[in-house]
Amino acid sequence: MRKSALVIAAPVGAFVLTVLVSTLALLAFGSNPAEAYGDMLGHASKLETQVDILNRATPFYLSAVAAAIGFRMNLFNIGVEGQYLVAFLFAAQIGGLISLPQVLHILVIMVVAMVVGSLYAGLAGILKTARGVNEVISTIMLNSIAVGGLLAWLQQEWQAEQGETFTSTTLGTEPIDDSGLLPTINGLLELVTRDVGQGKELTGMLLLAIVVGILYHVLLNRTRFGFDLRASGINPFAARAGGVPPKRMVLAAMMLSGAVAGLIGMVELADRGKFPPDPIQGLGFQGIAVALLGRNNPGGMAFAALLFAFLDVSSGVLDSSGAASREIAVIMQGVVLLTAVVAYGVANRLRERDEAREAAEALLVERAAVPA
Amino acid sequence: MRWRLETMPAWARWMLYAAVGVLLLTIVQSISDTERLTQVSTSREMLRWAVPIFLAGLGGLFSERAGIVNIGLEGMLILGMWFGAWGSIEYGAWWGLLIGIAGGMIGGLLHAIATVTFQVDHIISGVAINILAPAITRYLSEEVWGSPTTSPQTAEVGKWDVPFLAGGTIFGWESPDWLLTVSQWEIWYVSDLAQLVRGLLRSTSWVSIIALLLVPFTVWLVWRTRFGLRLRICGEKPAAGESQGIDIIRYKYTAVIISGGLAGLGGAFISTELSGLFQGGNSAGRGFIGLAALIFGNWRPGGVLLGALLFGYVFGLDLKDLDGTASHAMLLVNAIMLTGVAAWAFSRRRVADTVLAVVLGVGALFWWIVADTVPSWWSNTLPYVIVLLVLVFFAQRLRMPAAIGQPYRKGEG
Repeated sequence: MRKSALVIAAPVGAFVLTVLVSTLALLAFGSNPAEAYGDMLGHASKLETQVDILNRATPFYLSAVAAAIGFRMNLFNIGVEGQYLVAFLFAAQIGGLISLPQVLHILVIMVVAMVVGSLYAGLAGILKTARGVNEVISTIMLNSIAVGGLLAWLQQEWQAEQGETFTSTTLGTEPIDDSGLLPTINGLLELVTRDVGQGKELTGMLLLAIVVGILYHVLLNRTRFGFDLRASGINPFAARAGGVPPKRMVLAAMMLSGAVAGLIGMVELADRGKFPPDPIQGLGFQGIAVALLGRNNPGGMAFAALLFAFLDVSSGVLDSSGAASREIAVIMQGVVLLTAVVAYGVANRLRERDEAREAAEALLVERAAVPA
Repeated sequence: MRWRLETMPAWARWMLYAAVGVLLLTIVQSISDTERLTQVSTSREMLRWAVPIFLAGLGGLFSERAGIVNIGLEGMLILGMWFGAWGSIEYGAWWGLLIGIAGGMIGGLLHAIATVTFQVDHIISGVAINILAPAITRYLSEEVWGSPTTSPQTAEVGKWDVPFLAGGTIFGWESPDWLLTVSQWEIWYVSDLAQLVRGLLRSTSWVSIIALLLVPFTVWLVWRTRFGLRLRICGEKPAAGESQGIDIIRYKYTAVIISGGLAGLGGAFISTELSGLFQGGNSAGRGFIGLAALIFGNWRPGGVLLGALLFGYVFGLDLKDLDGTASHAMLLVNAIMLTGVAAWAFSRRRVADTVLAVVLGVGALFWWIVADTVPSWWSNTLPYVIVLLVLVFFAQRLRMPAAIGQPYRKGEG
């Protein structure tokens, strides 16, 4: 009873604290909190906004799963950001060069993205296993190298040939044929809702993200590999004694994480049909936040991804309504993350204490029953 | 007895490393078509880049010596950037620095509450702070300055020329500029050295001077006082300290808050002294690079400074290197240094290191030969590559505090 209460109390407490802090932040600069929240909720109640929220939650969720695979074994892949951008660029370039039948074309693009993502992440894995370089620092440096170096270089090399009239806004890789673009799933959505207006389209990647979430759950909880991975996270020495090769696990987890990271960019690829000159950045870091908020749990991360997407998208209305600055959304994201992380820590501690007490009581009962 | 490098005092050893480094740069420069490797402006840019990296790294030193991993330095630096700029605009330059320090300390306090009191995983808490800090600054910027990413012009604390060496004035009297004289003699190596040193001493920000003075101060505080001994116990064997009646939790809090304050000073330096305004994203990952400098420096203040100067040099060079010739010359420097690393690894019979260094060194040499300049993306990338290489070759022979990252609970030692 108390156990399940703790599980719920932590996120609820974090949520309440977040609303409190953001309300104070709004009041501090003379905004009306009720009006601001009302505008956001009102905006989010529209179907078109909800499509936007789902479109935004999809890359968040993929990014979170990528980070969570590492987190489950205490491996901090902070490099999801660099991995998805590099994977996105390679997949877009190769997808633009080839033409294949629809399903195959999409498949090739996705496989390229996953392979590139996992190789780039594997680099950090090798640095850790072979040279003992802390993965946090190495993945952060690899992010900077990816964004400042690889992207800048390859984008120049691979930009579509547009003759002499191209402008900076039309740069990007060669557009991919329609056969390589994942279809949107408005049809599926409209089975249960009215027609979606304003030209909004629900990304087909949403379905794939759900599949990835299910696979993540099965892999971690129903397979030997998942067991080894979790065991390495909880107690690497015990896992090693139990025959789990620690280095191979680090490399495998890192590369798997990178492979999922490779899929993040596919949402934007399906939308824009190429690697644009201004790809969305920061999804990797948002994903880490979502994974931490969702406690690496497939369902929890889905909820967290929707929450972050809701804040991002619905705060857009504040620009036009003028009730508050739309940056209040990032405050709420940041505060909910920090408070949730602390709340989970507290809940964990209380649970451990309860368990210790229960064990001690059980031991006493047992001793009393067996005469010495 | 054979003479060993280790018998020299630490400061003399570092001077020697620096002198050898400059010699290497001079040699490379004399066979390249650049003069930027040893220019006054290069070492000035180096120092300007190195100071925030060093301050962040020194912040990391305080925190990690007390056993708390601080990935959140980047976030604390960003808080320092914002609060420094705000304080500087509202109350003047020196207040800006103090308020920037306070901003960083708030970040440190949050990290301490999460990690020490609630025993959240140190890296998770740090990551959360790194996400929270830019969010806070975006919101505050939007509300205070009407733009989420930029502030108006800030005030700066001013610069100083060292008298005699770099022609500073004493009570209105202009002293001679000896290093300028020496660099005008154009003697090979000597004049190059003079130019580089002069870049450090001429129009140097007061904050840089304070930062440099923090090296001996930290050595004294952490290794020569009771406070420092107790702080280090928190990072090595907190249970032992507890048995001596030390309030470990209080020391950990103090250390992490100091850590945040130093990162905050680094951030305030970036916005008020370097950019002259707050700009989102201007931290350029210097908090993280500070952590790399901390590892490179083996958790010692002098080593952190050396690491920061090394990374600062590469960044600073890139800033002035618009045609790519200096970065091209750096390829040769890298090749020579990798050769040195290969020889060092070979002498210790470390095969994998030797092979890796040789392969990378030959690669750099080959590129240097076939190309005349390097593209700008490479000069943007090089600093991060060097950070990685430094960690690849040296991470394993370093000793970090023993109890780093471990949760501590009172009475459970």
